[in-house]
Amino acid sequence: MSSLMDVDVLSTYLDHAATTPMHPEALDAMRPWQETHFANPSGSHRAARLARQAVDEAREVIASSLGVNSGDVVFTGGGTESDNYAISGSVRSRGGLAVCSAIEHHAVLDPVQHHGGTTVAVSCDGQIDTDDLRAVLNRALSTGQEISVVSVMTVNNEVGSVNDIAEVAAIVRELAPDAWLHTDAVQAACWIDLPKITQHVDLLSLSAHKFGGPKGVGLMVVSNGATPEPILLGGGQERGRRSGTIDVAGAVGAAAALNVTTLTRTETSNRVRLLRDDLLDALLEIDGVHETVSRSVTAPGIAHICVDDLDSEALLFMLDEADVYASAASACASGAMESSHVLSAIGVADELRGGALRLSLGHSTSASEIDRAVRAITNSITSLRNRRAARKQRATCE
Amino acid sequence: MIGMSGGVDSSVAAALLHEQGHDVVGVTMRLWGGESDTGCCSVSDVDDARRVAQQIGIEHVVFNFSDEFNQHVVQPYVDAHQKGITPNPCIECNRHLKFERLAERADELGFDAVATGHHARIGAHRDGRLRLERGADLAKDQSYVLHMVTASGLAHTSFPIGHMTKEEVRAHASRLGLRTAMKPDSQDVCFISRADGREHFLGHRIPLRTARVVDREGTQVGEVPSVEMVTLGQRRGLGVPGGGPVRYVIGVDATSETPTVVVGDAEDLLVSSQNVHSMTWVDEPFEGEALAQTSAHGDPRPCNVVSTGTREVRIEWGLRSTRIAPGQSVVLYDPTNTWVIGGGIAERSPL
Repeated sequence: MSSLMDVDVLSTYLDHAATTPMHPEALDAMRPWQETHFANPSGSHRAARLARQAVDEAREVIASSLGVNSGDVVFTGGGTESDNYAISGSVRSRGGLAVCSAIEHHAVLDPVQHHGGTTVAVSCDGQIDTDDLRAVLNRALSTGQEISVVSVMTVNNEVGSVNDIAEVAAIVRELAPDAWLHTDAVQAACWIDLPKITQHVDLLSLSAHKFGGPKGVGLMVVSNGATPEPILLGGGQERGRRSGTIDVAGAVGAAAALNVTTLTRTETSNRVRLLRDDLLDALLEIDGVHETVSRSVTAPGIAHICVDDLDSEALLFMLDEADVYASAASACASGAMESSHVLSAIGVADELRGGALRLSLGHSTSASEIDRAVRAITNSITSLRNRRAARKQRATCE
Repeated sequence: MIGMSGGVDSSVAAALLHEQGHDVVGVTMRLWGGESDTGCCSVSDVDDARRVAQQIGIEHVVFNFSDEFNQHVVQPYVDAHQKGITPNPCIECNRHLKFERLAERADELGFDAVATGHHARIGAHRDGRLRLERGADLAKDQSYVLHMVTASGLAHTSFPIGHMTKEEVRAHASRLGLRTAMKPDSQDVCFISRADGREHFLGHRIPLRTARVVDREGTQVGEVPSVEMVTLGQRRGLGVPGGGPVRYVIGVDATSETPTVVVGDAEDLLVSSQNVHSMTWVDEPFEGEALAQTSAHGDPRPCNVVSTGTREVRIEWGLRSTRIAPGQSVVLYDPTNTWVIGGGIAERSPL
């Protein structure tokens, strides 16, 4: 077996939406807080105060990158926890209906459904249907129902579509001024100037490992007086909003990664967008390959295609063999590919959905990776089609 | 490509192929998305398969065939019960999933063959034609559920543990330190949870209907709450007062306005012949003396096979034999009880 250590420079990593390689700055910044300065920041001695200072400084760096007050930043255990906190915490805090778009990540969608909430339709380009948002809010309010929280993701994790959060906010503030507005910005951090998002919302989720930080560290912005009920109770850390010993190294790593991301965002976005467009242009040359949503509305890092008469699983297997790492929809606990609720909600035809492929780029993506990916994808599709044709031929002869 | 269910047989099959120097990839099929506690398809079984693959040192992937499984196995299973037929879902799974969908995927991906951990062997006739033979461990032999694999399919199939006994398989797994070495055999229908049972499963999918239980003269002697749960040959749970002679189900009419179960005595259960449809032949159509096996671990019985149409035969029993529940598979073996000739599905026998 090729050892997992073989995942090396010759591989082509186009799965940045799943997770990103860490920025060296983040890794370096974290090390002392695991190694020598390991104290619990909630303690009262000098070692604890040192750790506390690191957390406070990390929080300030993050707040500044996000354009919010440092007191609004809560460290959590990941994007999923942040999303759950936003939805479940809001519903528990004030009752009322939870509303989200139909293409949210399951970390939002499942809590909304768990609390009996409702979803809003999206366009064929994966953007929220603002008419339906108005209709859903009006319908609820006309029947006397309060709205506890409205959640619309900034960037979709599968197809990369970007929502106009300012427009969503205007509608929510007009029709349901008491509702808290949440956005899952987990996929946005690398590409979108976040202060332009935080200024419109009350709650915002981020996940450090999606922008070059460590896994297991989430961020939550809680602002404008929103008070979602905490979902973890205990030692009362994070001003009672998230109990549990603060992961000092994680906080420091998240801050370092977000800082690099913010400083390099424009340059990285421009460079990656060109690579992404080259990739899409090359793939669209292949017969039967479709751009799932228009690249004019997507974040620079995601290229999503659907291929006629092809199984994603078979294609991903071939790409894996060629050391090209990509993804189809979200993988379930067993590792099998699940059919995508996102593609279904944006109205992608059944026969196309089976051949979905998500290629996601990031800060480390190079032009040579794109070249290798194009070659591998072209070869894989050709080979799968040829073998299938040969099989059909044999079946007719038998 | 080796199908790995997470059980000990496929674990050892994978290990043997790897030891023999084959370039092998382990595949676990995700078949059932619903609740289950009876083996296969569950996340813990996928975990076992993956861990075994890691220990052996082969790649492992999961393919999601849950749509196909639902279409070819679960839905037909439910439909059959609604018609008062007793289906064999494991056989349909082998037919449509392992030896069709998985084989097709393997071919598409450039693999030479699909291997599984079944207890069966691939042998050859004197002229070189391939044949499907019983596994070396007769108590664990699974050739019955593999009868639909044709000779051309066998050419791209491998059963690496078919020559071993179950004890040898477990010993090999223990030697390798595989976590599945002592795992119990899977039993029952994998997509039905043991805790809830078949009636619960069916009741969630189709209306279960009360049926009159009548004797051969049509006199009502009892009642059952759900005709869909009744199987030919059954003698308990028929609502027939005790004390009298033992009565067996000899007929089930689940589709009429008034569902009816007909009971009779042991003699009424016997028939001299059995029609079989949807026959598949490992090699070519066959007529003549053979042995017929009518359940996964049933004893093969001598019979004469007569062709009655395309993919249809009549089995004439040497001695009158108990009725076979319609929907069950009838598998024909050569008179030496060594290799599979073919198999099909039992028709309803007239009363």
